[in-house]
Amino acid sequence: MLRFVVRRLLLLVPILLGLSILVFFWIRALPGGPASALLGERATPQAVAAIRHQYGLDKPIPVQYWKYLKQVGTFKFGNSSTSRQAVSTEFKQRFPATVELSIAAGLFALVFGIPLGFIAAKRYQGPIDHVSLVVSLVGISTPIFFLALILKYIFAVKLGWLPSVGRISPLIDIPHPTNFYLLDSLLDGNMSAFVDVGKHLVLPAIALGSIPLAIIARITRAAVLDVQNEDYVRTARAKGLPPITVDYRHVLRNAMLPISTIIGLQVGLLLSGAVLTETVFAFPGIGSWLVDAIKARNYPVIQGGVMFVAIIVVFVNLIVDLSYGLLNPKIRLS
Amino acid sequence: MSVVELEARDVAIETPSMGLWSDAWFRLRRNPAAIVGFCVIVVLVIVAIFAPLLAPFGPRDQNLSLLRQGCCPGLSHDHLFGVDELGRDELSRIIFGARFSLLIGVVSVSVGFFFGSILGAISGFFGGWIDTAIMRLVDIWLTIPGFLMAIGIVAVLGPGLTQIMIAIGVINVPLFARLLRGSVLAQRENDFVLAARSVGVPKRSILAAHILPNAISPVIVQGTLALATAIIDAAGLGFLGLGPQDPSTPEWGTMLTNTVRFLQTAPHLAIIPGLAIVITAISINLIGDGLREALDPKLRGRG
Repeated sequence: MLRFVVRRLLLLVPILLGLSILVFFWIRALPGGPASALLGERATPQAVAAIRHQYGLDKPIPVQYWKYLKQVGTFKFGNSSTSRQAVSTEFKQRFPATVELSIAAGLFALVFGIPLGFIAAKRYQGPIDHVSLVVSLVGISTPIFFLALILKYIFAVKLGWLPSVGRISPLIDIPHPTNFYLLDSLLDGNMSAFVDVGKHLVLPAIALGSIPLAIIARITRAAVLDVQNEDYVRTARAKGLPPITVDYRHVLRNAMLPISTIIGLQVGLLLSGAVLTETVFAFPGIGSWLVDAIKARNYPVIQGGVMFVAIIVVFVNLIVDLSYGLLNPKIRLS
Repeated sequence: MSVVELEARDVAIETPSMGLWSDAWFRLRRNPAAIVGFCVIVVLVIVAIFAPLLAPFGPRDQNLSLLRQGCCPGLSHDHLFGVDELGRDELSRIIFGARFSLLIGVVSVSVGFFFGSILGAISGFFGGWIDTAIMRLVDIWLTIPGFLMAIGIVAVLGPGLTQIMIAIGVINVPLFARLLRGSVLAQRENDFVLAARSVGVPKRSILAAHILPNAISPVIVQGTLALATAIIDAAGLGFLGLGPQDPSTPEWGTMLTNTVRFLQTAPHLAIIPGLAIVITAISINLIGDGLREALDPKLRGRG
């Protein structure tokens, strides 16, 4: 197992280097460049040259890249050109919001997706099976932002059951030691704030979780159908185990392997979807942060934020890979 | 284990083998869901081609006299889907919009398919350091979540319809590359390739005439499913304001985005283009699933 972990960690080096090169050149390919973004109408050649010198853009490319790597290594990207806050500070505020939202969406997908797929497989070709097929088909075919808009319109605007924007009601004031608002409100012992934050999460989490739910339900159904005809399941039944025990100990446990593979693949999807969901619900997370930065040509945020996100995706993928190794000895040994 | 193998039990048709494509066609015809999807797409293509004949009004014709205070009369006999905030007939815009959505889907998937297939075929056929180099590149490519990468590419190229197609094409390249490489690797060891090689057929024609035709079927399935994703992603980019910059363009994603602010007074203006996207995507996904089941050699002739 140790060799497996070490090998995976070593593989990270070329991937992270490749990513940093990609991001570095991508930033330089953005139209305008930081000089004209900062100066706007006042962009005289002298002023542009001064800004380029200040940002080190007049140095050779390898020197600039080395400087960028140092910034990545030390997490120092300067201040956001719109809010004047340090990029790392903004990241610390924004990132927990997206994590909280993604976890809520992932839980929603798991809590409804696995039972739906499981029951569909147990009642193969029955009404619930057909419902599950329709749900997963509609789930993967509906644009997230469209679902988000419909949910917001029905449950926030028309019915008024849930808040339509933000992470927390503006009137509620709690300290934010972790910036995970659910955790913050618990630490503060403020239950009404906890409920309020939870309510703000419901609609975005459903919108973001819809596609993973569809995929998880589908895979669970297929995996359970596959496993329940195996010899060991028949043996377990034949020796008189109660059906519930067979389902939990033999069928579901073995079906979890393909399911866990798929769950790992959803992380990138959640991050992509977070951009759209956060935009619809004005949710102050990492997705809306980056899109706003790209629109406003906020270079410090783009430089830092994109690399932060890339690093996180790489590490989450690593954790997912390692957890397969734990779950499935075949992968670990190959 | 792949989804196809897992879902194998769904297909249980006994049939003598008649060759991959006729088998596939036979099984596809017996899959009612795929037939429904296929019919919807055929109708959409016809609507897109004959849009000027079918649409009751021009997609950009404004009739401001129809507008009342607070925007937009609802559905009526003259305007089946109502009119939008500038008095343009919503039905006509939906009809013309079919052109854009199908175009975006087909062009962007073709871009991804073309470059991905080249990379994947080269990688799988030549192997060695070329293979390693291309596959490491693909690995890095795939680390970045697709939609985020598309946003990044449009940020560099500037917003617009063509740029969206390029961006979505680029995020499809590594998927096709990896798929075709695996497929080519599986075919490379086949006896007919060995036979062709031993009679001295040049490498290039072995790849083009013997390996590719046999390696292509999983790629076709992926292409169909990618078409649905491409249309959805394009709408998403449009929603973020990265779509066509001329707001009169009757593209479904842009139409939805422009009318979101009237959600309170005229919800149908946003819901109808949204539903158009959903129905198109559902139909394409149905065809893709049907093709996947029909083309899978593992399922051929299986009882």
